[in-house]
Amino acid sequence: MAASIVLENVSKTFTLRYHRTFKEVTVAKVRGHETSENFKAIDDVSFTVEQGESIGLMGLNGSGKSTLLKMINGVMRPDEGNLLTRGRIAGLIATGAGFHPQLTGRDNLVLNAAILGMSERELQRKFDDIVEFAELGRTLDAPVGHYSSGQKARLGFAVAIHVDSDIFLADEVLAVGDKPFRVKCIQKMTEIRKSGRTLFYVSHSPGSVKRMCDRVIVLENGRLGFDGDPDAGIHYLHYDGDDLAGTETDAQIGNDI
Amino acid sequence: MSEHVTDAPLKPPSADNGLLAVFQRRYLLRLLVQREISARYQGSFLGILWSYINPLTQFFIYWGVIGILFNLHANVPNFAIHLFAALILVHFFTETFGAGTRSIMRNKALVVKMAMPREMFPVATMLVSLYHVVPQIVILAVACVLTGWMPDLVGMGCLLLALAIIAAVGTAGALLFSAANVFFRDFGNIVNVFNNFVRFGVPMLYPYSMVEERFGRFSHYYLLNPLSDAVLLFQRAFWVGTADGPEERAKMVMPDHLILNGFLALGACLVLLGIAQIVFSKLENKIPERL
Repeated sequence: MAASIVLENVSKTFTLRYHRTFKEVTVAKVRGHETSENFKAIDDVSFTVEQGESIGLMGLNGSGKSTLLKMINGVMRPDEGNLLTRGRIAGLIATGAGFHPQLTGRDNLVLNAAILGMSERELQRKFDDIVEFAELGRTLDAPVGHYSSGQKARLGFAVAIHVDSDIFLADEVLAVGDKPFRVKCIQKMTEIRKSGRTLFYVSHSPGSVKRMCDRVIVLENGRLGFDGDPDAGIHYLHYDGDDLAGTETDAQIGNDI
Repeated sequence: MSEHVTDAPLKPPSADNGLLAVFQRRYLLRLLVQREISARYQGSFLGILWSYINPLTQFFIYWGVIGILFNLHANVPNFAIHLFAALILVHFFTETFGAGTRSIMRNKALVVKMAMPREMFPVATMLVSLYHVVPQIVILAVACVLTGWMPDLVGMGCLLLALAIIAAVGTAGALLFSAANVFFRDFGNIVNVFNNFVRFGVPMLYPYSMVEERFGRFSHYYLLNPLSDAVLLFQRAFWVGTADGPEERAKMVMPDHLILNGFLALGACLVLLGIAQIVFSKLENKIPERL
């Protein structure tokens, strides 16, 4: 079996700038204050994902999950190390795709599909399916700026799931959707998994990770903390503690805000 | 176990970027251009008419002040056509450069979350500006025909060459400054200052004969500005053809080797575009985190 995603010693450094204007920078320099600071959002991470694997990416807020996803997706490039992927990538980053707030849902749908690499004919063929999956009704012709976060996630997920991708990224999509929509998403992702496509799933919900994934990667302050069996990964994060057990029964598929 | 296996090669996910990729993804480019055309005048009553009102008012201001007040009508045959031809190109450039510089910031919702060649946005802006140029050229051609102009083949070649020069240099500038503008918004203001210079750096408000008269043998430095070359080519295409008799034609001075200069300018602009692409690729890496 061939590798689908390969990371070799990948690092990404962000620059925090405290002062932006000429005046502020000058004052800070004169006083001997720092004007900027680097920190590593992703620090020397290496792993290989085989085609057809489904990975659960876990970690606390700010541990670098979204940054890692952005690099796999191609929005960002690593500063150090190598990151290689095989085939077409689609999916969502941080609960929603990039939408233009002034444009209607319909226009955003078309634009999004084109960005994800659909051709005009492919989109024409799939347009009705996407609209049906999103279940937005008349809201589809309203500007996306007026959408709730759940509605945005619906539209983004509906487009991304209809792309013939080899790698599917799902970042906390289930966190904002209502229950019927979450069930539909889980179904679709299970289909992806069964079809042998690579699935990369970010979640805080141990229940859904256990159901969806056959391997868990845990990030800790940008470093690779754990890589292996889902149960052990969830235990590693202490997500299997008593305090969560009660809520988990209610929300098996990720009520993870 | 898996029937879904792709034989695509392993490569960096951000590999297929750059200007070449922009023209491979024509469907997306077309969508962006269409969207920008409709978005630019969204919520305005006169809509797309504004892109004509703006150059037309400029035309009448210059025509009144320079032509009548400074009396250039007497010295320059068909000064109005000389002026309008230049204005079309200047407007094409300033629109491409100005709106292109803001294009990445304006589309940041897409830039931070979607993987796509980001060169798309400045290029789309250039195409939108080009789209607005076409009706202006029609107006100009009608005015020229009324003054007794006949299109000629060389002139039409000059027209295309002029547009290509402006498209190349405008995109190069937009590419460079759109990335820089993400880091410091100052670049947006620098563009405004620069665009003010452009109006006076090309033979629009004054004829090229005046430049030759003042600078003599140094006037070829004036032609190092690709915008001047483009404007002169454009005037060769329209203004020169409106001459009424050899006496007037003699007054319409064009520099020697105009077309050769035009091709050299286009070459230089394409080199500049290449440099802009390299710089853009370097800066691009830091763009998403700065937005």
